[in-house]
Amino acid sequence: MSDLPVLEARGITKSYGHVAVLHGVDFEVRAGEVMAIVGDNGAGKSTMIKTLCGAVQPDAGEILLDGAPVRFATPLDARASGIETVYQDLAVAPALDIASNLFLGRELRRAGPLGRVFRMLDKPRMRAEAQRHMDELRFRLPAITNAVEALSGGQRQGVAVARAAAFARRLVIMDEPTAALGVRETGQVLDLIRSVRDRGLAIVLISHNMPNVFEVADRIHVMRLGRRVMLTSPKQSSMADIVGLMTGAIPAHAGASQPEEARP
Amino acid sequence: MLGVGEATSTVATPRTGVGTRLLRQLALNPVAGSLFTLLLFCAIFSATTHTFLTPNNLSLIVQQSVIVGALAVGETLVILSAGIDLANGAICVLGTIVAGKLVDAGYPALPCLLAAVALCTAVGAVAGLLVSRLRLPPFIVTLGLLGIVTAATRLISQGGAFPVMDDLLAWSGNSLRIGSAPITYGTIILAGLYLLVWYMLTQTAWGTQVYALGNNPEAARLVGIPVRRRLLSIYSLAALIYGVAAWLALGRIPNADPNALQTANLDSITAVVIGGTSLFGGRGSLFGTLIGTLIVGVLRNGLTLEGIDPLWQDLVTGILVIAAVALDQLTRRRRT
Ligand SMILES: Nc1ncnc2c1ncn2[C@@H]1O[C@H](COP(=O)(O)OP(=O)(O)OP(=O)(O)O)[C@@H](O)[C@H]1O
Ligand SMILES: [Mg+2]
Repeated sequence: MSDLPVLEARGITKSYGHVAVLHGVDFEVRAGEVMAIVGDNGAGKSTMIKTLCGAVQPDAGEILLDGAPVRFATPLDARASGIETVYQDLAVAPALDIASNLFLGRELRRAGPLGRVFRMLDKPRMRAEAQRHMDELRFRLPAITNAVEALSGGQRQGVAVARAAAFARRLVIMDEPTAALGVRETGQVLDLIRSVRDRGLAIVLISHNMPNVFEVADRIHVMRLGRRVMLTSPKQSSMADIVGLMTGAIPAHAGASQPEEARP
Repeated sequence: MLGVGEATSTVATPRTGVGTRLLRQLALNPVAGSLFTLLLFCAIFSATTHTFLTPNNLSLIVQQSVIVGALAVGETLVILSAGIDLANGAICVLGTIVAGKLVDAGYPALPCLLAAVALCTAVGAVAGLLVSRLRLPPFIVTLGLLGIVTAATRLISQGGAFPVMDDLLAWSGNSLRIGSAPITYGTIILAGLYLLVWYMLTQTAWGTQVYALGNNPEAARLVGIPVRRRLLSIYSLAALIYGVAAWLALGRIPNADPNALQTANLDSITAVVIGGTSLFGGRGSLFGTLIGTLIVGVLRNGLTLEGIDPLWQDLVTGILVIAAVALDQLTRRRRT
């Protein structure tokens, strides 16, 4: 694990109209680690990660990729930098089939003039690769040509997770990737998170499931009301402490948000 | 619009009634229902008239369907993107008037035709910009354009219809014979148009992205599809096709009439909807639109042959539209 964060955010502030959602949040994640973001509903977790992946533009603050300032105007910019995101609402087109959803926005074209001149899609290759990705995750799915709307909630989540894992080169951001999953599928996603981490990628995981967080997270970024109230790790804090901080039962103590205190 | 959250939160309850199974089949393939309807009408009219199933009559049906059929191609693109285009007939008429006036003024025909098609495309680009940049509802944008373009057309033509006597502008009305059935060049151009746009929709990334942004615009944005650029291209391409339809219209009747095609917008929407394309966007096919166009053409032709009052044609078409949309709604509910 290197000490330089892959992705770092400083002083991120975001308001929607008069509603201030983020108040100068700092954030960092290093290669080969799982950084969990926890917090109550409405704490600003989804908004925070959306500013990291270009889906939302922060009002103030800066984002550094491998130490260099970057600005992601669109999610495409972030994807071009190797950052993939599983959004809380999955961001799939339910009427399209699994393979099309996996390659949505970066469809494969045929080799040769068919692809270059006639811009013809390479459907067989997209289907084969989609199948390969799903097999790697050991997700049980009906045929890859099925429309996503024909899948169960958990299977849909599998499609969204597979899409991110397949294309990420630096960082995978997952917003509640196990929310609709049963025990077996949750286990699969957690395994997947570990295997992606072991490939040396960084992972940001938002979850309300504390046991899951304690199972896979290397560090934990605790949010409350649009602020980071603590940066800690499963070794340093108990679940009860973290839940107390999230809900405000335990007041945030001074210095809690200094990352140096939370080296794993 | 079917949101993802809505779709994930509802648990599918398996039911096995015959009606449900039929609905499920139709949901998976609404074109099958359209095809069945078309064959049913053809069977009825073949059985009850002597003239329906003759090469000449079938050729006539196709010729009568060419203009609405062409407008319906553009309408399909717009509806797939979860929009609606009320101005397509008006844009097409603008094309005929401008081409006719320019030729009348003594300019060579080809540049006149190209200028008219370019003007139509530009009007579509304006609609696309208003929808994509200002996020105005497509219904309102194209309703406004319907009024503006109609008024502009009357101003340019100074109110009256005039004949267009130019070989190139009227060329698509010429026909070649296959067996005893005359096939106009207009029909062949239309077939080419369907093939081309079918290819774009089903075999290119552009087409996949049109479906995706109609189906779930937020997801399309998040995965990095340039939604605004795509919308602009959809409305522009649709209007370019309306310009081609103007050329086909001059081939059919070599007369530029500012009062022509007043119900063409509704007729083309009818064809698209009867063809199984969802008004909510993201679902449907150009093949369905072709079938829908033919259903409307066959129905009008057959009822005329039966000697039934033309008002009944509108009535039956109206019922078909409502039935098609009702089916879409029903299957949509089952799907989630
Ligand atoms: N597009 C938006 N417009 C206005 N307000 C928004 C928007 N998105 C989020 N908010 C507000 O920002 C706050 C934080 O929302 P966010 O989705 O980031 O919370 P969260 O921590 O992800 O919550 P949850 O655990 O429920 O997913 C909420 O009060 C929400 O209402
Ligand atoms: Mg959230």
